[in-house]
Amino acid sequence: MNTPKELYYNKTHEWVKVENGTALIGITDFAQSELGEVVFVELPEENDEIKAGEEFAAIESVKAASDLIAPISGVIVKINEELEDSPELINEDPYANWIIKVEIEDKQELEALLSSEDYDKLSE
Amino acid sequence: MMKRTALYEQHIKLNAKMVEFAGYEMPVQYSTIKEEHHAVRHKAGVFDVSHMGEIRAVGPEATEFMDYVFTNSVHSARANQVVYGFLTQEDGGVVDDFLAYKINERNYWLVVNAANKDKDYAWLLKHAVDFDVEIIDESNRYSEIALQGPLAETMLQMHTTYDLSSMKPFTFDEITLDDAGFTVSRTGYTGEDGFEIYGNHDDIKLLFKHLLVDHDDLIPCGLGARDTLRYEVALPLYGHEISETITPLEAGYKFAVDFNKPSFIGREALIKQKEVGLTRRIVGLEIKDKGIARDGAEVFKDETKIGHVTTGYMSPSMGKALALALIDKPYDKRGTAVSIKVRKRMLEAEVIKKKLLQK
Repeated sequence: MNTPKELYYNKTHEWVKVENGTALIGITDFAQSELGEVVFVELPEENDEIKAGEEFAAIESVKAASDLIAPISGVIVKINEELEDSPELINEDPYANWIIKVEIEDKQELEALLSSEDYDKLSE
Repeated sequence: MMKRTALYEQHIKLNAKMVEFAGYEMPVQYSTIKEEHHAVRHKAGVFDVSHMGEIRAVGPEATEFMDYVFTNSVHSARANQVVYGFLTQEDGGVVDDFLAYKINERNYWLVVNAANKDKDYAWLLKHAVDFDVEIIDESNRYSEIALQGPLAETMLQMHTTYDLSSMKPFTFDEITLDDAGFTVSRTGYTGEDGFEIYGNHDDIKLLFKHLLVDHDDLIPCGLGARDTLRYEVALPLYGHEISETITPLEAGYKFAVDFNKPSFIGREALIKQKEVGLTRRIVGLEIKDKGIARDGAEVFKDETKIGHVTTGYMSPSMGKALALALIDKPYDKRGTAVSIKVRKRMLEAEVIKKKLLQK
């Protein structure tokens, strides 16, 4: 499985990429491989507030629906609209195809997340 | 400890993703559900269904017994015919649905759902006391594979001198394939032509291997594709479209209930349901909004709950989100606009034919 070093990870298989005060959030390679072919992503709306530990979107594979859990809190500044018509992009490259972009509310929350090494151990 | 089928090592070698199903460790997919689904619709796929239970009802009164516990009639069937039907409770609810293989008037072989096998066996034993019939659980003796798809006959023909083109749907025979003996029926659970093949564990292991090696157009398929294939053609899955509380008539399977028989368990309740009229039935739903309605999702007309989704997917063949649902009358009419609650959203949907696959 591919687990980029520079990202933060949630136990529930989401990743966070920090870029000057904002964060991109997506799902991991392990998650997309477990889910199988993604057929639909239920996106939240811009300006929605997300809260660490709470669901913010849902992802549907052929088999089943899974909730995505917010790794951090903040306001959504952008959603990846491309996923509405091409949900399979998540399978093709789960790290390039982020799901939401969030204004980070509290940087401390990042410290509670996992490093790539810790995440790899978890998903072994 | 989960049970494994005789094909377990081959599944692992084929890189299957394994899941628990009815106490067995079973392959849910080898490549992707979509690819396996399309293989069966257009070419062929082979499934390990060794988890299915096999129960024999044998004895001088086997036919009378079967006609009493089973909704369909077996007395009118010929030897080597396969009959689909239900074990029903007194109230018409379903204990299980299965294929009954008629070997002769004194000998029937029932291939039952893995998850219901113990319940079925107990039910059959209980009702067998009034008949001269013996009920034998033979589930551990057999392995089973299903070869399904438009190319199934051509492929299987290469393994036998038996003329498979002469085998009609819903019949079976004892056939030699690659020098070993099997029971082969022209049946399946996919809506495509195909065969279900039963044999001892070692023979099935070899046959499964040979089929995959000998046929480039054949791929192994898991339980994932098995479910998307059967749902598209509205074949019921126990616990979803039929259950202890959903009758065969509500599921649209009147043809497998023979009311001409003077008595069978559940007959009175089902006759009454037929005469009074159904209050609900299984229909198809096409979801118009973006999103997928899954099993259990509630269906509404305006503010009123009128039913629930029994199986739902993004249909691989139709490329649309389609569902089977149990819907109250009069909202079961084709073209009725309904809405389905999926998480926090209400998705607009329309009632369509329950056979979702339109070729």
